[in-house]
Amino acid sequence: MTAVPITGAAKLAEYAQAKAARKRREKVIEAILLLAACVSVFTTAGIVYILISESVVFFSAVPIWDFLTDNQWTPLFSDARFGIWVLMSGTITSSAVALLVAIPMGTIIAIYLSEFAGHKTREILKPVLELLSGVPTIIYGYFALLFVTPLIQKIYPGLPSFNILSAGLVMGVMIIPYVSSLSEDAMRAVPMSLREGSYAMGATRYQTAVNVVVPAATSGIASAYILGISRAVGETMILAVAAGMQPNLTFNPLEPAATITAFIVQVALGDLPHGSIGYQTIFAAGLSLFLLTLAFNVFGHWMRLRFREKY
Amino acid sequence: MNRTETLRTMIRKHKRWDMLFGLLGLLAMSVAIFTLVALFVDMAVTGIPRLSTDFFTSFPSRRAAGAGILSSWVGSILVMMVTAFVAVPLGIAGAVYLEEYARKNWFTTIIEINITNLAGVPSIIYGLLALGLFIYTFGLGQSILTAGLTLALLILPIVITTTREALRSIPQHVREAAYACGASQYQVVSQHLLPYSLPGILTGVIIGLSRAIGETAPIITIGALTFIAFLPPVPFSGDPPAGMFDWLFSPFTVMPIQIFNWTSRPDPAFLQNAAAASFVLIFMTLGMNGLAIWLRYRLRKNIKW
Repeated sequence: MTAVPITGAAKLAEYAQAKAARKRREKVIEAILLLAACVSVFTTAGIVYILISESVVFFSAVPIWDFLTDNQWTPLFSDARFGIWVLMSGTITSSAVALLVAIPMGTIIAIYLSEFAGHKTREILKPVLELLSGVPTIIYGYFALLFVTPLIQKIYPGLPSFNILSAGLVMGVMIIPYVSSLSEDAMRAVPMSLREGSYAMGATRYQTAVNVVVPAATSGIASAYILGISRAVGETMILAVAAGMQPNLTFNPLEPAATITAFIVQVALGDLPHGSIGYQTIFAAGLSLFLLTLAFNVFGHWMRLRFREKY
Repeated sequence: MNRTETLRTMIRKHKRWDMLFGLLGLLAMSVAIFTLVALFVDMAVTGIPRLSTDFFTSFPSRRAAGAGILSSWVGSILVMMVTAFVAVPLGIAGAVYLEEYARKNWFTTIIEINITNLAGVPSIIYGLLALGLFIYTFGLGQSILTAGLTLALLILPIVITTTREALRSIPQHVREAAYACGASQYQVVSQHLLPYSLPGILTGVIIGLSRAIGETAPIITIGALTFIAFLPPVPFSGDPPAGMFDWLFSPFTVMPIQIFNWTSRPDPAFLQNAAAASFVLIFMTLGMNGLAIWLRYRLRKNIKW
């Protein structure tokens, strides 16, 4: 017996059915993909929830005013004092040292790569530079402690073996690629016609770069700087290894000091019972750090949108 | 002096600035590269004498000369397996959604801002997230699973961003041709867009994993042990079905933690161990980065749409 070929309305109904099934399948797939995309939202929500819920417990034990104004940070002593400024000073000093290296060098390298270097040179140098940001930070820490510090000690013998200076210098070199590649992207986005106009007026490369390209790319360069700052503020291992973990209210880079991040590492290395005040301090410290970097990121984003040059 | 002469001196002066800045650029560049070379050579000179088969097949020990990195390199590889298993599908799916499916509305904007923002969150914050969420809320313990999930969340923005770039670089007419043949959206994605963007995605995955393998801070924050003298069970070897996943809940240590532990000891013999382990780690990460750069280079050279 041969199957009767389906024709007419029956055939159409079959098509319609197949089409509906396909539509349903597509919807399911889209929903799954949407769920995957939402993981980032869940992550942010998770971070905010964890940091705030643990910090609320902390701030019910420690007045927020003390947290912001006390000049001692001794959360693990019996006479516990919680002055975040002590850790903040370490973070600010080390970031300042790092940025003093990364911002000038990153900018010069970006200008060089975008305006001076030939195509071939750029294709070779850029990836090499990117390798700098691929080195694990723990190795930079080792390098700062056992290579850079002894090197500086030869010039300046009074330097303690843990100090902010060498950690900050190494951190600065690590941040160079972040600053330079974003700045270079911004400069390369400046249209050729502006450069050509400048050259036509008889300007040299240097004059064109400094007077035309850099001003036109200001917003991008500024957001590169801000990304660099937020990297420096959040950097952990270099400081934990090379800058020591002693809380120290100082702005002198030649001294050892703990940063917010180094403190979190120090507490995590020890055995603190879940729910103790010492355990909650790391979440309060983490919240301060998160808010700080969030502020920089949002500001950078805003800068880029607000001052974006439209050609 | 006549006018031409004045002009000539002026031009010469300006040209000199040009050259000076070019030199300055090269100088800054060479400082950066010199640092990289110094770091590599320092690790190599201090570390290579310690590298031997024993170093790879011994557990950490109180005697520096007998200590090795067996538990840490095995731990690193197992954690990377979990990370890749979670981050790669999630990242690709998220990127496909944002690039191909998402309509332009406030919700999409929120997801996009979120991803940009997560890329800028310090890694130690992810450690705190894992400590509060995975360990104390979900009760996963200080295990390979926790570490793998944490690092997966950490590299997710990298995977998503590079996958999106790879998808964006495929010209619109490829999609239109597929649709014209009656392909559904999923068929376009799975049979055309994903295969074409594979090298780009691979680059992102490799860069993400090379970042994850060197990441120390979040792993310390979740409280990974520094002294592990046993190996986790071999994956998928236990009694099925439950025993196969025992390895996920095993305590572990990873390479960066081992290096940190050795670096924080005053004994120079341990510092030498740290250098040797660092050399292995740096070799792995730079190798992965090099591979990614090479892939990207090949990609740019070969594909002409």
